[in-house]
Amino acid sequence: MAHAIAHSGVTQIDSAIDPTHRNILFGLYDDEVKLLDAVKAANAAHLEIDNVYTPFPVHGLDPLLGLQESRLHQAGFIFGSIGCLFGFGFMTWVFTRDWPIIFGGKPYWSVPAFIPITFELTVLFAAVGMVLVFYIVCGLGPGAEPRRLHDRITDDKFCLAFDATDLDGDSVDGLRGFFAETGAESVHNKYTA
Amino acid sequence: MLRQDNEDDTSTIFYNMSGHVAPVRKPLITGNKTYHQITEDICRPTETAPSLSWVITFILSVMCLGMFAFAVAWTVWVGIGSWNLNRTINWGWDITNFVWWVGIGHAGTLISAILLLFRQKWRTGVNRAAEAMTIFAVMCAGQFPLIHMGRIWLAIFIFPYPNTRGPLWVNFNSPLLWDVFAISTYFTVSLLFWYAGLVPDFATVRDRAKGLRKQIYSVLSFGWNGSAKHWQRWESLSLILAGLATPLVLSVHTIVSFDFATSVIPGWHTTIFPPYFVAGAIFSGFAMVLTLMLIARKVLHLEDYITIEHIESMNKVILLTGSIVGVAYLTELFIAWYSGYIYEQFAFLNRVLGPYYWSYIGMMLCNVLSPQIFWSKRLRTSLFWTFFMSIFINIGMWFERFVIIATTLSRDYLPSSWSYYVPSWVEICIFIGSIGLFFTLFLIFTRVAPVVAIAEIKSILKTSGDQYIGPTAHHHDDAHHGTKIPSEVNDISSGGTVDIDGSTDTEIK
Repeated sequence: MAHAIAHSGVTQIDSAIDPTHRNILFGLYDDEVKLLDAVKAANAAHLEIDNVYTPFPVHGLDPLLGLQESRLHQAGFIFGSIGCLFGFGFMTWVFTRDWPIIFGGKPYWSVPAFIPITFELTVLFAAVGMVLVFYIVCGLGPGAEPRRLHDRITDDKFCLAFDATDLDGDSVDGLRGFFAETGAESVHNKYTA
Repeated sequence: MLRQDNEDDTSTIFYNMSGHVAPVRKPLITGNKTYHQITEDICRPTETAPSLSWVITFILSVMCLGMFAFAVAWTVWVGIGSWNLNRTINWGWDITNFVWWVGIGHAGTLISAILLLFRQKWRTGVNRAAEAMTIFAVMCAGQFPLIHMGRIWLAIFIFPYPNTRGPLWVNFNSPLLWDVFAISTYFTVSLLFWYAGLVPDFATVRDRAKGLRKQIYSVLSFGWNGSAKHWQRWESLSLILAGLATPLVLSVHTIVSFDFATSVIPGWHTTIFPPYFVAGAIFSGFAMVLTLMLIARKVLHLEDYITIEHIESMNKVILLTGSIVGVAYLTELFIAWYSGYIYEQFAFLNRVLGPYYWSYIGMMLCNVLSPQIFWSKRLRTSLFWTFFMSIFINIGMWFERFVIIATTLSRDYLPSSWSYYVPSWVEICIFIGSIGLFFTLFLIFTRVAPVVAIAEIKSILKTSGDQYIGPTAHHHDDAHHGTKIPSEVNDISSGGTVDIDGSTDTEIK
């Protein structure tokens, strides 16, 4: 059931307005170049961008949004190091302390023979750890509720979103004017977490 | 190039970074697609009823899978004695099949990881299906050592866990145990890599679906919403996983080759095995990718995404790796002669002229001689010859593993124990059944997941040739008015009105 927001004249999508939810005003662009230009225009006008949603990674967007480089590689390095030390340390402990066995007359602590498993565990720990960190920091996982503003964002639309919760009517109109100037195809708003 | 100091240069840099394509390059995606058409084309197989050809193939595959289950149950019930292995030849079709399947499982990660690092954009058309193939092939491969144990329920013994037998640990010095770690790591990392790529595409399917399908794809897509930060992390993750998977994929077949190379059997105990196995694995893997992709592009109507360019690129890799394998075969023969070691010399004479000479001929013919036809551009761009060769190469690569295993074991140091081996019906059924397992999984995959990586293919659309006719593309402004785009698939770009889900609010234009 649609509610009208009196001062902006924008139709509200959500049937029930949760006061804890934020009012997101967003425009959809049909091309990534238009989106990049719009983001630049927003920066120039000192508008505070809430988020940008795209169907595929758009290069050149990160610095405009002031996104810092991802630190996932650090997580990968830490987990990989743990895997490496764990693998080598465990084999060393087994064959020198817990149950030393001579295989083929070779020394208990036969380092070259430990290399393949040490390598595999390094890669395994790094990959699994990094993927887990990725899903956790992004808040993704089975059952995670996405903040879905529009169904076409995962298809062919490029979305620039502003938080309009605390904005007055004039500011909202200003944002709508901004979307019109930057070539947005449509403007919507939605209450979302 | 990615980083810029001046914010105003973004769009220039955007084009400089990804826009330069050599004029001789043909577009990687044909058919003047828009982003929405790509979504439509690739999501369609997951949204429509399966075709008759799919249903027939699926029934045949499931029947083969049933045969697999029966033969495995028979093996477990009767015992390994139901196979024709003997005291001399204690590895037969089982380990041949294991190595064959693992080899096939190498192309996916090669395409998705190594070609990603080399920035080969054509990989985006085939990486998803190739990775799926990798995972299914490794699943097939893993069956054979397990079944060969006879007492499958004791398979957990291969993992080092605290146990009541001492605890008695596994032998970390054994290449067979290295294999356990290599294959399980490879499977896990390939699965994570594949799924991370699938998450955004599942979200695309989710946002088009309704009812129960929407709920299922909501779970599968992990709540993906396409936010810029998520994409940044996703790209970072893909790149680092590719960096990790690259040495991993090389290590896996290296370690499989150690199963043989660290033994003291003439014909196995050679330092050439690791590179030779890796090249052979890529060779057979690409052949299997071609077999599957040639069928998939036809059945799923993906000719615009998996083009002759893709097929030609893969045929070039086949030509290269096939030639490396050929050089390795000849080097083995030369080194056996040059070593002056009679047991080594006998092992190779026996391979070429012994009781299994037919398998050696099959191997040389399929793997070394026949791929040389791909020097001809006409043949490597021919669908018929590519399909024919892809099957031929996989037969040849199966022969290679059989040659290495059976011929070597059949003639050992003690002539009185020499033997000959032919598989029993159980072994044949398990092998054919494993192909059924593979195709059953692959066919299910083509129905539930986008067979081409949607997000990745969209990201190369503009940079892989001047074919984009979307609303703001260069030289194609007329398309904005809908003159070239079928209206039923591009209802949005032809005007300012948006009414996608009935919840639209305001028009600007």
